[in-house]
Amino acid sequence: MNVIVCVKQVIDPEAPPASFKIDSAKNKVTLPPGVSPVVDPYAEYAVEAALRIKDAQGGKITALSLGANLLRDVVRKPLSMGADELILLEDEAFTEGDSWSTAYALAMAIKKVGDYDLILCGRQASDWDAGQVGSGIAEILGLPSVTLAQKIDITDGKARVERVTDDGYEVVEVSLPALITVSNEIGEPRYPTIKGVVVAKRKEPVVWKPADIGVESSQIGAAGQRTRLLKLFQPVREGKCEIVEGESPEEAAVNLALKLREAKAL
Amino acid sequence: MAEYKGVMIYGEVKEGKLAVITTELLGCGRRLADDLGQELCAVLLGSNVSSLVQEAIAFGADKVYVVDDPLLKDYQTDSYVSVMEKAVRQVMPQILILGQTSIGRDLAPRLAFRLGTAASTDCIELAIDPDSKLILQTKPVYGGNAQAIFTCESYPQIATVRAKAMSPLERDDSRQGEVITIEADLDPSAIRTKVLEKVREEVEGIKLEEAEVVVSGGRGIGDADGFKQLEELAKILEGAVGATRPACDNGWVPDALQVGLTGKIVAPTLYIAVALSGSSQHMTGCAGSKNIVAINKDPEANIFREAHFGVVGDWKKVLPAFTSKVKELLAE
Ligand SMILES: Cc1cc2nc3c(=O)[nH]c(=O)nc-3n(C[C@H](O)[C@H](O)[C@H](O)COP(=O)(O)OP(=O)(O)OC[C@H]3O[C@@H](n4cnc5c(N)ncnc54)[C@H](O)[C@@H]3O)c2cc1C
Ligand SMILES: Nc1ncnc2c1ncn2[C@@H]1O[C@H](COP(=O)(O)O)[C@@H](O)[C@H]1O
Repeated sequence: MNVIVCVKQVIDPEAPPASFKIDSAKNKVTLPPGVSPVVDPYAEYAVEAALRIKDAQGGKITALSLGANLLRDVVRKPLSMGADELILLEDEAFTEGDSWSTAYALAMAIKKVGDYDLILCGRQASDWDAGQVGSGIAEILGLPSVTLAQKIDITDGKARVERVTDDGYEVVEVSLPALITVSNEIGEPRYPTIKGVVVAKRKEPVVWKPADIGVESSQIGAAGQRTRLLKLFQPVREGKCEIVEGESPEEAAVNLALKLREAKAL
Repeated sequence: MAEYKGVMIYGEVKEGKLAVITTELLGCGRRLADDLGQELCAVLLGSNVSSLVQEAIAFGADKVYVVDDPLLKDYQTDSYVSVMEKAVRQVMPQILILGQTSIGRDLAPRLAFRLGTAASTDCIELAIDPDSKLILQTKPVYGGNAQAIFTCESYPQIATVRAKAMSPLERDDSRQGEVITIEADLDPSAIRTKVLEKVREEVEGIKLEEAEVVVSGGRGIGDADGFKQLEELAKILEGAVGATRPACDNGWVPDALQVGLTGKIVAPTLYIAVALSGSSQHMTGCAGSKNIVAINKDPEANIFREAHFGVVGDWKKVLPAFTSKVKELLAE
């Protein structure tokens, strides 16, 4: 089984909400001070899913990240978890893309890799929360896709996928090669082992530029967008929490109940 | 060349009825269609869905396209994308809206790529820009830390809409509409997936998404036993229990109770948040609640930036006293 996993580098989604600021002139998030970028947590679930498949039947895992200024210590994480190879699509031209231009570049890179049975993506990326790139890659490559997987079993050239639905899950069988997007229900991603980190450090990522995957710069990054970001903002909070007090926690609790009654919330 | 015109919604069917999200989409679609002075149509896909046509009209559709085919019994990407592609090419709507459900999340992006246009997912607001006449698509991003407004200049403009973000119209059975049948024309061999089984994980009692009161607990609850106390309060208030992701991941409550970006979206009258910090990923799932009440021992917890009322204290002391007072007040 050859598996390709698409992994994005993002601003840490678990940075404290209060540290989150926007530069409205540039329509961009300013990096919270002291908070390092991370591997997108959803993509980490995809890496975990790939590793479980490899654990069960062997094979090779290739991680693929697209961006600019990718921090080697960050994007190496799939390697230190147990992936075999890392390919970076790293160039300014790739950046500021939307789902379209990103999926297109990733799909062309996957075509160049060529030898794969399965492509895994996160259900969405934790920055734009779009959830489109996976389906987009599948459509561009003409592959079947199953989204929102919480479990993947491979048998006889087919994947049996538990797909999360609004009120439970369904079991879907798909022929390979296929693209599957992975949801957090798959379970905690493993931690890199010390040996994993050492091995990862020795592996140099392969870096591809637009020309290496045969794409025109008009089709990728900002130039290839089909959606336009008009505005990025933080909605104003009324920000008025009435703290209900009391001599003791119990009394505060009673006062809270009275307060809610008064406000007709009870 | 024919012109793209009108608003189309993808009507989801659940247990033989129009799904709640469908009535919300119809309400939103009606408003956009009226703003543009154009028609609103709904597309219903499935097997034996014809009986729902009148309901779609009563909730606002001018036209309903029905694609009834046994091969559409289960949602499958290949078959649904192919039929929707056909419907869009035939009807040529300017705008296509779907629900941000397990179906809409799968269908919308793939359909957009097939049609060469783009989608915005998980929108909480859609409005027509008076100048360009494009839809302004507002969606939470960065886990709820920010919102973004997108436009798309290619047609149809596709958006999925978050549950509870839009209001349905009053049902009006006197409304008249037109019904048009579209043939699915599916080639079974082009459907590359097979649905083997569907498992519903039902939770007893009032459904979280429909409850008027939600009592949610976080990591600070500590164990499954702690959640029994939340259940007790929920029961008294005729509400449901919700939870943060760590509480679900720890197995204290089933995954189905998770509220947030990757869980359920709720908008009750009263949301009681107990021993949870109020992360943006959690709050995005309950920010539409009318009253948010926080009980947390940390006065600096983010939840106090989001809540309307709060008590700073140990929930183990606060909650029992609160529950018994509520019980007393409700008995009056
Ligand atoms: C991509 C992504 C998606 C996510 N999706 C979701 C989602 O859909 N839903 C979700 O909930 N989370 C989600 N999360 C997780 C989210 O970021 C937070 O980590 C999580 O919501 C925190 O849960 P919590 O508030 O229960 O725990 P914590 O943040 O650990 O907060 C526990 C709180 O309990 C308080 N406390 C502890 N003991 C007591 C006591 N005895 N009495 C009173 N107060 C006490 C503490 O002061 C603290 O504020 C997601 C994360 C990521 C990265
Ligand atoms: N820049 C990127 N590099 C690598 N993978 C990506 C990138 N952007 C998106 N993906 C993949 O697509 C998934 C969904 O992203 P999105 O559609 O942007 O929400 C992510 O979880 C990744 O698996």
